Amino acid sequence: MSRFDRFGLGLAKGLALTGKTLFSRPNITVQYPEQRLDVSRRLRGPELIWVSLKCTGCATCAKSCPQGSIQLVTSPELVDNKYQVEEFLVDHGRCMFCGLCVEACPFDALYMGRGYERAAYRRGDLILPKEKLQMSADRKPSAYCRPEMEAELPLQTLLVYGQTRAKR
Amino acid sequence: MDWLHWLFYVGVILGAVPVMVMAFIWLERRGLGRLQLRPGPNRAGPFGILQPVADAIKVLTKEDIVPVAGDHWVHFVAPLVVFAPAMLVFTVIPFQEDGGLVRGLVPDLNIGILYIVAVSSISTVGVFMAAWGSNNKYSLISAFRSMAQVVSYEIPLALAILGVVLAAGTMSLTGIVQAQAVPFIVMQPLGFIIFFIAATAELNRTPFDLMEAESEMVAGYHIEYSGMKFALFYLAEYAYTVGISAIAATLFLGGWKAPWGVGPQVGVLWLVVKILLVFMVILWIRGTFPRVRVDQLMGFAWKFLFPLSLINIFIIAAESLAWPGLPWWLLFPNTAIALVLVVVWSGLFRLGGGRVQV
Repeated sequence: MSRFDRFGLGLAKGLALTGKTLFSRPNITVQYPEQRLDVSRRLRGPELIWVSLKCTGCATCAKSCPQGSIQLVTSPELVDNKYQVEEFLVDHGRCMFCGLCVEACPFDALYMGRGYERAAYRRGDLILPKEKLQMSADRKPSAYCRPEMEAELPLQTLLVYGQTRAKR
Repeated sequence: MDWLHWLFYVGVILGAVPVMVMAFIWLERRGLGRLQLRPGPNRAGPFGILQPVADAIKVLTKEDIVPVAGDHWVHFVAPLVVFAPAMLVFTVIPFQEDGGLVRGLVPDLNIGILYIVAVSSISTVGVFMAAWGSNNKYSLISAFRSMAQVVSYEIPLALAILGVVLAAGTMSLTGIVQAQAVPFIVMQPLGFIIFFIAATAELNRTPFDLMEAESEMVAGYHIEYSGMKFALFYLAEYAYTVGISAIAATLFLGGWKAPWGVGPQVGVLWLVVKILLVFMVILWIRGTFPRVRVDQLMGFAWKFLFPLSLINIFIIAAESLAWPGLPWWLLFPNTAIALVLVVVWSGLFRLGGGRVQV
């Protein structure tokens, strides 16, 4: 067949291919607000999740942050042999999501999140206090740099889990 | 009543063409999307049907920017010079048979097709004016390319039309439609192929859209235009596409005639259906083929289309002499000749330059 490739066969092949896609129902584009792709559960997503029970207030995260976007204030005295975290502020507008704080945390109290819709209308809204940094239904922790969490996840070859097609 | 006729049809053409253009823009964007595995515009209205309206409103409210160093008057007049011929093409298209309700503005013009060939090349002047008035290097390169392209492709286009004129024995578009007992697309397939390719190049549509090659010269000749003037260019481009589709439908697909005489005898309906068909094929080609290089463009026009169109004319002329009235069975030899010539000739001609090994 290659003999006829120079005689316009390639053109016919191309037309046949596009003609086929015209009559099939292609749906590659994800209609974003209505449909979402599943993201990897190992994602280093653009949010931080703080677990208050594990946190000792050691401020290792604040020291490791290259941007200085974590502010941590503890109580001056020990309560139950533990410093109480009075203030834990993360400026997500300044954070570059390098994950160094998550890697540095000696007590696994910080996680990267899996969400990706963290836009805000005001810069002030990007500075999250400790109440808003907690884990919740739409703030799920990812297994980034948490090997014990990652061990429970199924192996994956691509970034996107199972469902590569759009979900309604 | 004469002035009423003129007023009515000028109104019809000025109203119907932009509406058709809007419909075709929607069709093109949706169809192109489907060809390329994406949905196309689907937010404005059901199936994105209001997208052209939204685009029109957007473009009309944009600021009109005139380059300071440009030629202001030429810059101002250029969109009109491009737009007017695109509308003028429709004046001679017959919508319906004699005695029909809507026949067209001047459907019986005895030099109809010559008029179309003459008028449609005016828009190139407008393109060059736009490029010159913009004082922009990309615009000017684009206009040079457009000139070279149009001059090269005008010849096979006119020669392919000449085959139709020879077969019909008249230049009037009404006469040409009446002469098509069998549509000329089956009687002269070679002529149709040449006409179609040359027309696509005349329209500067995708396989031949060197003059507005986005990756090379941003947007080509209308790079410095915005607002209403840009809208006029856009409108003219699509109006001209509709016009060429209408000419192809009239010359080769039997114009207003219902296929095999069956179906409702409403000429306008069939004409619109045929225009739509031709437009869909242009769209299909746009969604499939990549842009040609300049040397491929020129080589294709002069080494492939030009000789084949000459051969086509000689075949049609000989057939008209031997069998006056061109009986329907001539479609078999003509189809065979077209197939053999296209296949053989595509292997024969060589492209100079470039990196292609031939």
